[in-house]
This record gives sequence, structure tokens and C-alpha cells, in this order.
Amino acid sequence: MSSNKRLMKELGEITASPPEGCTITPPTEDMFIWDVTMEGPTDSVYAGGKYHIQIVLPKEYPFKPPVLSFKTKIYHPNVSNDERGAMCLGMLKAEEWKPPNKISEVLKLVRAVLAAPQPDDAVETGIAEQFKNDRKSFDKVAKEWVGKYAK
Amino acid sequence: MDSDDDFNSQVSSEDMDLDLNDADSSVDFGANDSDVDFDDEFQDEGAFDTQDKDMKQQKKAFEVDFKVYSPEDIQAQQDKQVAEVATLLEQPHEQTAILLRFARWNKERLIEQYMDNQEEVLEKAGLGQDIARDPPRIETVDGFVCDICCEDEPGLQSFAMKCGHRFCINCYRQYLGQKIREEGEAARIKCPGDGCNKIVDSKSLDLLVTSDLTDRYHELLMRTYVDDKDNLKWCPAPECVFAVECGVKKRDLSRIVPTVHCDCKHDFCFGCTLADHQPCPCSLVKKWLKKCEDDSETANWISANTKECPKCNSTIEKNGGCNHMTCRKCRNEFCWMCMGVWSEHGTSWYNCNRFEEKSGTDARDAQAKSRQSLERYLHYYNRYANHEQSARLDRDIYFKTEKKMTLLQNQSGLSWIEVQFLENASQALQQCRQTLKWTYAFAYYLARNNQTEIFEDNQKDLEMAVENLSEMFEKPVESLAGLKVEMMDKTSYCNRRRIILLDDTAKNLKDRKSRTESESGDEGMLTMTTENWEFNVELS
Ligand SMILES: [Zn+2]
Ligand SMILES: [Zn+2]
Ligand SMILES: [Zn+2]
Ligand SMILES: [Zn+2]
Ligand SMILES: [Zn+2]
Ligand SMILES: [Zn+2]
Repeated sequence: MSSNKRLMKELGEITASPPEGCTITPPTEDMFIWDVTMEGPTDSVYAGGKYHIQIVLPKEYPFKPPVLSFKTKIYHPNVSNDERGAMCLGMLKAEEWKPPNKISEVLKLVRAVLAAPQPDDAVETGIAEQFKNDRKSFDKVAKEWVGKYAK
Repeated sequence: MDSDDDFNSQVSSEDMDLDLNDADSSVDFGANDSDVDFDDEFQDEGAFDTQDKDMKQQKKAFEVDFKVYSPEDIQAQQDKQVAEVATLLEQPHEQTAILLRFARWNKERLIEQYMDNQEEVLEKAGLGQDIARDPPRIETVDGFVCDICCEDEPGLQSFAMKCGHRFCINCYRQYLGQKIREEGEAARIKCPGDGCNKIVDSKSLDLLVTSDLTDRYHELLMRTYVDDKDNLKWCPAPECVFAVECGVKKRDLSRIVPTVHCDCKHDFCFGCTLADHQPCPCSLVKKWLKKCEDDSETANWISANTKECPKCNSTIEKNGGCNHMTCRKCRNEFCWMCMGVWSEHGTSWYNCNRFEEKSGTDARDAQAKSRQSLERYLHYYNRYANHEQSARLDRDIYFKTEKKMTLLQNQSGLSWIEVQFLENASQALQQCRQTLKWTYAFAYYLARNNQTEIFEDNQKDLEMAVENLSEMFEKPVESLAGLKVEMMDKTSYCNRRRIILLDDTAKNLKDRKSRTESESGDEGMLTMTTENWEFNVELS
């Protein structure tokens, strides 16, 4: 419907010039599910990891925010440590999302959050506590998980 | 007798706010000073006036002043406040309404802040510029591309507020539609522009909102008015459109249970909006419900509809509300709640309602202690749950009876008016069981002293009155016409006992001259004390 023009335009732009560290596999069957591979930011504990992120667009898109899930396990205070691997912060929250926001901006935000976790807005409070109080152990586990799951 | 002392005169002690003392005047609307105008408005209407006078005459310690408003009343109040503030601020009606909603209807604070820094307030409320001079309009702009849908066809209609974030009207409408329909927003919808916090003013909304949403939008605007006011609450009954005003403040809730009666017939607590739970204060209700939820498995068996006769062990089914059971097999008469002999109930030596602490148990034995505390809880929970269940059964049996009576009417010549006594009896039963139910939650937290015995006596008296009335519903329908006078007597006796219990409890509760709260460390208990009572509440 009306969101088609917008979607095609976004897809065209994002495949032509993807955000840094991101590769977008163009959707084949379902226009509303996008697969992204994101490289861990080089100066972070996730460096060297490759993350499969799935972006599901609600049928009301762009009036409702896309839903993001990490298909690759990641040790991070802002990503739920379950099969959904959900991340929901900033513009991804329904009340903060504005229709002109774009998926490329979302991906930039995700990458920024990988580089700098936001423990005060955490979904995994345990990991957030560790991140704040015992950075050494946090870094250790996070790096371990990169080797175990994200290679 | 001091039973006429109402809440308002009782609390006129030095620690109370002035506005509570004023609560007797017909409207205590919002903040203390500026409400005279509402008094004027409503005193013109005779109905409000008389209702108030009647209420004052009969008011008991457990009653509070309240008022029920229709959606039209609420609208009129809003309009009046807007008009008044508009004159003061010299702003148009529309803008003033936005400012007031922005200030959550706190008139005084708005005026103060506005006088302090007009520009800042206007900016924050999303009214940066003068809408009156330059009203919002839909435009066609050359070379415009909508940043939401990416349409760019020539002649595309678009809209932008003063912030300049322009979108095509289809997108703007869809955005607003979603906010209003799905997210229930109205007064504080932000511009759809990325990162823009400008609030969409109601002139712009009127221009853009499609007609199918206008009703919902205005309803939501009205909702925010009631939601933002501490002394107004929507009636929680489903489908009910009324709002209730009551001057009881949050801090008073430990001393009064403000039950209000909506015009839709629903009785609810103004403090917590749960169904009427007198005489039990909100905080204890909350604790109790939490406890019941946590312990639901322990107490599950209680809701069973069948038990065994304590004498012959044959299965007895409870199909009415009455707790006076007679075994069909051995004719043993017993009490459903305590399984004790019925004939002893109502005598001064028998206690069905009181929990007797077993004296022989060794208090130092932790296991015995925890068993005792479980038994104690189950004693009260059993009776609490039983009255709830009985109320349901009472109602079922009333509906059946009423049906049969209506059928009988033609033959018996009883008129509709004459059948009314059944409905009155049924209503009294419902209300009394509701009260009884909560007396058990209340008693659970009440520490034993000589005052509690008066409470338990009141409880016992009401309970007996209720069971006696409830029993009459199980009589054959054909005989009910002949029992009319007896039933009416029993009904008014029930109501009287209920009022005595509530009045007595309410008086003791609000009397907190020596009220203290202390924590006794070893037990993990919080003790709250009023003049006559002490409550033990587990700390969680
Ligand atoms: Zn558009
Ligand atoms: Zn804007
Ligand atoms: Zn109602
Ligand atoms: Zn309450
Ligand atoms: Zn029997
Ligand atoms: Zn009993």
C-alpha cells in the first residue's frame, strides 16, 4: 500500500550505501522482514564478531517502529538473553519512534549501543550490574561469547 | 451521642488541611481557593442542594461526601475553568485549554508560571507562536516530498505546524489516528517530525482529525481532565460514563474507607477504586489480596461446594447462600463455616467468627508457631471466601425466586410492588455479605485487645442476621408471600446491624490521637496503633 514507495526507497538507499559495518540481504519473499549482518565495532568487546540481526517491520510501518532481534547470541545489557534477542531502546520504543525515522538510523543506533552499552536502560539487569560494577568480568564473558557464538 | 460527628468535623484537628474542613460545601473542586464559582453554579440547581442536605442529616462516621458527575457536567466544568483562566491570561479559549491540559489542570501553578515566564510556558506547551493570528491550514507546496510516505506528486496536500515539519495530510492523519485510537493520546500528541517535541494543538487537530475520530478525541480530552484531578475519579464499572468527586486525600486513607455510590449503582472505594471494601482500610485490602494470591494454593480447597456432614459423613452440597446446613440424611444442623452445631451459634458463649489461639502450644517451637499462623490465616480466609461465595449463591437463588414469583404473580394476585420486598432483601444480603467478607480481612490484621471483642460481637450479630435472612430464600416460593412481613423485618434488621458495625469501626479508625507506627524487629511485623486498635501487618 502507501508504505510501499517508502519501503522501496529505503531499501534502495540502504543497499546502495549501507551504514558502516552492516550488510543488508535484500528481502526476497516478505518485504517486511529484513536480514542484516552487523560487524562488532572494532574498538569494542564485540570486535571480530558477526551478528545476524532480523528486522521485522509491522504492517503499520513507518507509523510503528520496526522490531529488532539478534539471531546471534550476544552478551549485552540491552539485548534480551533469550531466543528473541530483543533490543528496545531510544527510537525503537513505540513512544519515541517518529514516522520519518529510517532503518538506516536504527542500525546506526544499534551499532552505537554495541560500542557503548546503556546499562541504565537495560533489559538484562544482571548484565547491566556487572557492566557497571565489574567491568573486567563483563568484558571477559562478552569476549568469550563472541568466540563461542559470533564467529 | 456523638454518632453524628461526621468525618469532616472529626478531622478538623490541627493536623488536617483546610480544604477538608470545607468539604461540606457542595463542591470542593481542585485547589482550595478558587472554587467558589462552582458552588454558585451548582447551588442554583435544586437537586444537588437537597441531596446534600439529606446526606448531612443522616451521615454516619463511615460515610463521606461525594458527588457524581455526568460527562456533560465534566465538560461544563472544564469550559468554565478555561473561560476563567483565559480572561486572566488574556489568551484565546483554545490556547488556554491547551495550557491547562499541559499544566495538568493545576490552575494556580499555571498562572504563577505564566506570570513568571510567559514565553517559556507557551513554548513548553507547544504554543510557541500565536495561532489566533495565523490559523493552521492545509497547503500545497511546490516540490514537496513527504518524508514519511515518500510521495511527491504535484498538488499533494500537506500540513505543518509552526515548527515547519511538513508531511502529507494522509500521513499526518494516519499518525494522529494511531495516537488517538490505539495509544489513547489526545492532549499531548507530539509533532511527527523527527525529534520534535511540539505538541499538536487542538486547532490543528480539529483541522486534521477525521470525523470518525472526533468523538474519541474529545472523549480522551475529557478523560485527561478527570485523570489529572486528585479529587475526581471515573467510576470503574464497565460502560459507566460517570465521574465521582470526593475530597478524601491519599493521606487520609489509613483512617477512613471512602466508599462512594455511583449513579449506575456501583459502590466503589474512592481511594483505590476497588469495589466497596468497608470497613477494611485500603492498605490492608491491598496486603490481604496479595496474601490471598500468594497463598492461593493452600486455600484452594475452601471454595469447594461440597463438604461432609460432621455427624454421618454423607456428602452435603451447598446450593444456597445460607450457612445454616441441615443434613438430609441424619437431620444434623450444623454451620458450613466452622462445621459446629448450629444451635449454639448466636449464643454468647459460642464463637464461630473469632479465632481462638490455642494456649497449650509451645511458642518457642517454630513449627508449631508456623502451623498456628497458618491456621489463623485459614480461619479468616475461610470466612472471607465463604461470604464471597455465599453472596454469589444468594444472588442465584434470588434470581430463581424472582422468576418463580413473577410467574406466580398472575395466580397469586401479588402486584409488582409487593414482590419488591424480595429485591430489597436480596440487595441487603449482597451488601451485608460484602461487608462481612471484609470484616474478616480486617480482623486478620487486628491485634487482640478489649476493643476487638466489641468488633467481633458486631460481626457475629451481623452474621446471624444475615444467615437468618438468607435462610428465608430457601423456603418454598409458594410460602414467600405469607412471609413478607417477617422478611421485611429481617431485611431492615440486617441493614441496621451493618450500619452499627460500620459506624463503630469507622469511629475507632479515624480516631488517631495517639496513632503510632512501630516496627518490632524480631517478628518482622509493623504495628499500627489507633486510640483503640492495633494492627499487625507483616512487612514484605
Ligand atoms: Zn506522506
Ligand atoms: Zn515539528
Ligand atoms: Zn458508575
Ligand atoms: Zn480502597
Ligand atoms: Zn448427616
Ligand atoms: Zn459456625
